[in-house]
Amino acid sequence: MSLMPQLVLLEDDHRLIVEVAKKLVNDANAKAVFLVDKNGQLVGEAGELEGIDTTSLASLVAGNIAASGGLAKLIGEDEFPVHFHQGERDNVHITLVAQRIILVVIFDDRSSLGLVRLRVKKAGQSLSEIFDRVFKRAEAELAGEGESSPFAEISDEDIDNLFAD
Amino acid sequence: MASINYSAREITCKLVYYGPGLCGKTTNLKYIYEKTAENAKGKMISLATETERTLFFDFVPLALGEIRGFKTRFHLYTVPGQVFYDASRKLILKGVDGVVFVADSQEERFEANLESLDNLKENLREQGYDLDKIPWVLQYNKRDLPNAVALDELQQELNPDGKVQEFEASAATGKGVFETLKSLAKLVLADLKKGAK
Repeated sequence: MSLMPQLVLLEDDHRLIVEVAKKLVNDANAKAVFLVDKNGQLVGEAGELEGIDTTSLASLVAGNIAASGGLAKLIGEDEFPVHFHQGERDNVHITLVAQRIILVVIFDDRSSLGLVRLRVKKAGQSLSEIFDRVFKRAEAELAGEGESSPFAEISDEDIDNLFAD
Repeated sequence: MASINYSAREITCKLVYYGPGLCGKTTNLKYIYEKTAENAKGKMISLATETERTLFFDFVPLALGEIRGFKTRFHLYTVPGQVFYDASRKLILKGVDGVVFVADSQEERFEANLESLDNLKENLREQGYDLDKIPWVLQYNKRDLPNAVALDELQQELNPDGKVQEFEASAATGKGVFETLKSLAKLVLADLKKGAK
């Protein structure tokens, strides 16, 4: 397994991602859409977010994907790219995008699994294009071709200040 | 690897507490969670068995403050320590930015520490990491117990050339817990800075 490049989202990337997520909420009649890095970090969100602890959601979704990915390998599959959890009121549909990003759709009986599947397919293509570009840029930066990061300028003092009680 | 979001002006790093079963990884996280101000933490998640042994992971999100206008967030994870949960441990190491190795100072757990440290190296290697090249610190936990091994014996085996920052702790009372976390967080940020050049 090779190292994952650092995920760096510029403002334009984030805007495009959120636009796709918003469109998916509308098109699929969903309650909410989340994008989570496999590391467990939230990348984007749209829809009715009230009352949802998005940080916990991201970490648990990533844990879920990691566990079922491990299970897939045990039985000779590479990964299970689609997951569906059915609840009494709300359901969760999970797919992998660009091998690294987890697309989570939460929906209730205003929508249906078929509709969500259909719309996720299209949104997944748009998201793949965006993330492929983001990861290509990250790789180029790793190779020293990109612009320098603002963190090059962090001083030891900045770091110490963070921990000043 | 840390993720940076320019739109939300946020940087998020993943820190993992590793070590043998019952060495006090979850106790570290619980103490951090209890002592952190409400506005600086999210919810703690524990995926544990009915007997409170960690089954998959514990999770605590922290927000430390700002660096150069970027909110700095740390996501703390523990792994399940018991030997047979190795598959789960590997998963939690994905995308790790820094590791706290929690060693159990008790005499009867001496071997378990060495085994767990080897296991950490091996699992990192499988993911393309090298423990010598990523930020990590050592915590000698349970120093307050009567059956704790002498410190230099632990050092000799776990940190023979003294290159790794180390802390004596008693996680149940909180001693050494924040010192350990702070120094790892500093190392991780310093590493980010190095990588950004």
